[in-house]
Amino acid sequence: MSRETARVAVVGAGPAGLAAARAAAAAGAGVLLIDSEPAPGGQYLRRDALADAAGTARRDRATALPAGTEHLPDTSVWAVEPAPGGGRRLHLRTGPADAPGRRGRTVDAAALVLATGAHDRALPFPGWDLPGVFTAGAAQALAKEQRIAVGRRVLLSGTGPFLLPVARSLIGAGARVAAVLEAGEPVTGWLRDPAGLAAGTGKLGELAGHLALLARHRVPYRPRTAVVAAHGDGAVRAATTVRLDPDWNPVPGTERTVEADAVCVGFGFTPRTELAVAAGCAMAGGFAEVGAAQATSVPGVFAAGELTGIGGADLAAAEGEVAGAAAARLLGFAARPPLRALRRVRRGRRFAAALAAAHPVRPGWQGWLRDDTLVCRCEEVGRAELVEAARARQAVGTRSLKLATRVGLGPCQGRICARNAAELVGDPALADGFARRPIAAPIRLGELAEDPRTAAP
Amino acid sequence: MQGHPDVVVVGAGVIGAACAEALSAAGLRVTVVDRGAPASGTTAAGEGNVLVSDKEPGPELELAKASRRLWPELLAGLAEEIGPQASEAEWEPKGGLVVATGGESAAPLADFAAGQRAAGVRAEEIAPDAAFDLEPHLTRAVTAAVHYPDDAQLQPVLAAAALLAAVRARGGRVRPGTEALGVERTAAGGVAGLRTGAGTIPCGAVVNACGPWSGEFSAAAGAPVDVRPRRGMVLVTAPLPPGTVRRKVYDADYVGAVASDGADLQTSTVVESTRAGTVLIGSSRQRAGFDDTVRVDVLRAVAAKAAALFPVLARVPVMRAYGGFRPYAPDHLPVIGPDPRLPGLWHATGHEGAGIGLAAATGRLLADLFTGAPPVLDPAPFRADRPALTAEAVS
Repeated sequence: MSRETARVAVVGAGPAGLAAARAAAAAGAGVLLIDSEPAPGGQYLRRDALADAAGTARRDRATALPAGTEHLPDTSVWAVEPAPGGGRRLHLRTGPADAPGRRGRTVDAAALVLATGAHDRALPFPGWDLPGVFTAGAAQALAKEQRIAVGRRVLLSGTGPFLLPVARSLIGAGARVAAVLEAGEPVTGWLRDPAGLAAGTGKLGELAGHLALLARHRVPYRPRTAVVAAHGDGAVRAATTVRLDPDWNPVPGTERTVEADAVCVGFGFTPRTELAVAAGCAMAGGFAEVGAAQATSVPGVFAAGELTGIGGADLAAAEGEVAGAAAARLLGFAARPPLRALRRVRRGRRFAAALAAAHPVRPGWQGWLRDDTLVCRCEEVGRAELVEAARARQAVGTRSLKLATRVGLGPCQGRICARNAAELVGDPALADGFARRPIAAPIRLGELAEDPRTAAP
Repeated sequence: MQGHPDVVVVGAGVIGAACAEALSAAGLRVTVVDRGAPASGTTAAGEGNVLVSDKEPGPELELAKASRRLWPELLAGLAEEIGPQASEAEWEPKGGLVVATGGESAAPLADFAAGQRAAGVRAEEIAPDAAFDLEPHLTRAVTAAVHYPDDAQLQPVLAAAALLAAVRARGGRVRPGTEALGVERTAAGGVAGLRTGAGTIPCGAVVNACGPWSGEFSAAAGAPVDVRPRRGMVLVTAPLPPGTVRRKVYDADYVGAVASDGADLQTSTVVESTRAGTVLIGSSRQRAGFDDTVRVDVLRAVAAKAAALFPVLARVPVMRAYGGFRPYAPDHLPVIGPDPRLPGLWHATGHEGAGIGLAAATGRLLADLFTGAPPVLDPAPFRADRPALTAEAVS
């Protein structure tokens, strides 16, 4: 066995991937940690320019790499295939995205942990394609890393507890947050339910802290409300907010125009499943299916974090620890069963289920769109055009939906629009097929044509 | 619903859609079933080639010439009948350019073109400089070139959808999510109905248009034909400025790969732009059953040849890759016509990588044979009981 194949390859250096790397290293395995970002931590543990010394020290500890780990930052896995001697072969490119001269490398791994995370879901509305409309995650990344606020007066619209730390980051970067609009029920309400409270110990305090900060800054927190239109000539100048009924249909007569130069939207998260799908992992409901040790249906491939279900950083880290230990055991290292992590996984999954049940995306959002509101921004496909083309051409499969309507064929390959388009044409399950992408990340034709030798031991 | 269909077409890809369109145009009541979504199998993985340039003189070239003539007529008729939007198929008679880049492939290319001219194909040998005028970004390593003004392109999913829309407009049915399991027989041994996962559909005739899955379905029906899958991969670039690639451009060894019997991987370069600005780069041919695992070495070989043909493409991002299965018969000819072993069973399959282009004439020929009209071309080479098919099926 070469040194490459004796190592655990971990894709993604967020809470799940870091925990997997640590657990595998603790068992004695070498680890190759591959991440598309320049620094480890993912979205949750992103370097925070606004943090105090204690916070920075906490983050540094949380993102410290275990000894024996080779970290490949700025690296994308653009393809995964079966390795000739068993295991998986990963095809990598290292260097800033879109830059010329990215280095190619091919590694074989007998054990692979996928911890590819998730990105925020944006729902379309008239004006969502104007400059000044951001995903909540992008706005938070800019605020944390570069202290750049996306606007001077910002509206947050979405659902779920993640909106609150985003508001906090925006305030920290100097923005005035005009309001935080929660399309569903108040974020603290469900945590008082027996199930949510039992599972979410510690969450209530964290959220209460966020809410107290909003109150100090006189930021209104409005449940059952959303931005349903953004206005401006070339950039956002104002937005229409409206009260929603329990299905998220606008309540007539409750429209208000709010001045804002930026709107941030976050309606939960969509897992990044391309590599799991490309590796052949069985999927269920849009997530990778895993067993007790985070093993997927493909021998030697493990999955952890949001890829297996949206549950937040704590659950992701616990799953990562279980996956890393299992991957090391597969390679013959004597990893002790991570009993505490397994308990945290069980508790975390209950919490995640309660979270998902408390903040579903309701179908009324479809009524926010006008006929000409773009659903797919890359290919400029509007709502009416999409629905009519899918109906007239009987596009009831993912591939025919894409090719009959052009939705998801552009540079984002459906990352942003797939779920929205699938729901608009009446079959949410069609969204899953968009992740079937043999080339999982863009690569130049010339790079693809190169033949980087399998990395030497 | 008024009565049973006369014919059930199994498979809603472009071949099944073309057969159903032609049969319904002849006045028959048609139902099309597909276990998945219409146009989501081989059709959705096709580049949309309507080519006369890649076929040597013989029956397939005759089918291709007829189809090239019929496609624009068919689309114009559909536009009249169901409207320009529902019939939009991005038809582009853009022409093809076949180039040789080595000394050794120039002479075979010239011979090939001369043979095609004798068979009535417009195949214009042009100097490399003239080829650079047609395709400014073409590699200067070109030593010989042939221009085929009649090569064309369409968007296969839109084309199949348009054909099926016409079938529905004429009262036919298209039933997605309906898997064909076999046929019911009459006491005399003919077709009495199609057994599906959703019950039996009584009918007098069944058309096997299952593409690469035709072998399986024909075996289940009790009249096996030897049609197997051959895997192919296509790369799609990000949208490029108009004019980067203007025609269908391919290297001369494509011709060898299409007609080849080699089991191993073959790649040859076919580069073309689409109306959306993306460039499609094909294609590979590989026998691997229905294994759809991506092989990076296959993608790499395709990419390397495309970058050699159009050096400017080396810097262009590839957005995605997709794969599909081509249905091929042992003698590389389509199977079109009745199955003498089972009265009422018809085949329209085995078009390998050319089904999009050959669909129009295939549908017409099948309908002509079905109704007893004078056939659009000689059907004998495509018949289901030819020795090449049954011999293989028995072994």
